[in-house]
Amino acid sequence: MASSNASSNRRDFLRLAGLGGVVFASGCAGTAGRGAVDDFYFVQLSDTHWGFEGAPNPDARGTLPKAIAAVNALAEGGGGGPDFVVFTGDLTHTTDDPAERRRRLREFRELATMLKVPTVHFMPGEHDAALDRGEAYREFFGPTSYAFDHRGVHFIVLDNVSDPGASVGDAQRAWLADDLKRRPVDAPIVVFTHRPLFDLAPAWDWATRDGAQVVDLLMPHPNVTVFYGHIHQAHHAMTGHIAHHSAKSLIFPLPAPGSQPRRTPLAWDPALPYRGLGFRQVEREGGSPPVPGREPWQVTELPVVKA
Amino acid sequence: MTAVRRRQVLALAASLALAATVRGAAPRVIPVVAKKFVFVPDEIRVAVGEAVVLELSAPEVLMGFSAPELGLRADIVPGQPTRLPFTPRQAGQFAFSCDVFCGSGHEAMDGVIVVGADG
Repeated sequence: MASSNASSNRRDFLRLAGLGGVVFASGCAGTAGRGAVDDFYFVQLSDTHWGFEGAPNPDARGTLPKAIAAVNALAEGGGGGPDFVVFTGDLTHTTDDPAERRRRLREFRELATMLKVPTVHFMPGEHDAALDRGEAYREFFGPTSYAFDHRGVHFIVLDNVSDPGASVGDAQRAWLADDLKRRPVDAPIVVFTHRPLFDLAPAWDWATRDGAQVVDLLMPHPNVTVFYGHIHQAHHAMTGHIAHHSAKSLIFPLPAPGSQPRRTPLAWDPALPYRGLGFRQVEREGGSPPVPGREPWQVTELPVVKA
Repeated sequence: MTAVRRRQVLALAASLALAATVRGAAPRVIPVVAKKFVFVPDEIRVAVGEAVVLELSAPEVLMGFSAPELGLRADIVPGQPTRLPFTPRQAGQFAFSCDVFCGSGHEAMDGVIVVGADG
């Protein structure tokens, strides 16, 4: 079990190593009544787009291995490694060729085995799953939506990409409602999804068609946080008391929502390679009873390579 | 009134009459083809108050048409042309895009509806 000391050591290590980016705390203050939660952290990687080739990333085949090495270095740095890694979709870059799609998924899966962590959780993005409604993805990684529990936190993986129209759909929403019903209303819950569940930038297709209905299901629960990908940048927003945090990509960054007419990738800067790319550490500060006013999730952005 | 000035007034009156006729007539149908990975045309010009119908078709795969600022969206099913009527009420440029993931060029599949005072 990760102790508070280990947690402090890890933060000290990140600070001294110059690795930690902006730290963002999220969650809800009023957490009385929920069960015991241990301190731990996980790592979120997103939008690796394995198979992409193009000017926005001249090191497309090297970036993910570098990120994996950086994650493995967390464990070697003295603070202890993450309890698990989650990839929040777009593992591969899309292709019309089903055989090529499977080749990319297979290569990606082999790369992910290089992670020295106890568990890796996967989920699809539209690039992996929308053209065949998740058929190839499931062959390699199993179900596109599922739930698991870890150290007192309930994690829910929602699929809003296998439908090319970006809907979660009636069946999955019914499954979500049933899953939520079977735990205390104030249970700590994390939702992983690929697309934003709220209308971040509908003109850029940065939304989920029935996302508002999903948020309605989550709204009665006071301790819900959403982590997602898709938009290739860190972004933090609230729908009521629910915090939504998007992650950086590991292939190319995209412009801020609605900041320019088209959502074209930001150019690679040879003077600052990997700028705008990265992954994140998400740390749970647990305890029972929780400390009033203390935010339970701390997000630390980390670069692919040290500056 | 000089002859030149008289001609200008008559031209303006004719222009206004034509505009009124257009606004009272059947909606103008604008064909829009959604194919991998472009809308044709990708710039649609209409006038404020002009009733138009976008006649959407997709010859290859399922596509979407979404112009959220105008409240317009539709699936475009191959073999089933979709008609999307609207009458813009304000001038401006309104982005539209495909919101059904259709392949490697999906993210670049977009366009703009330009609503002008005179189309």
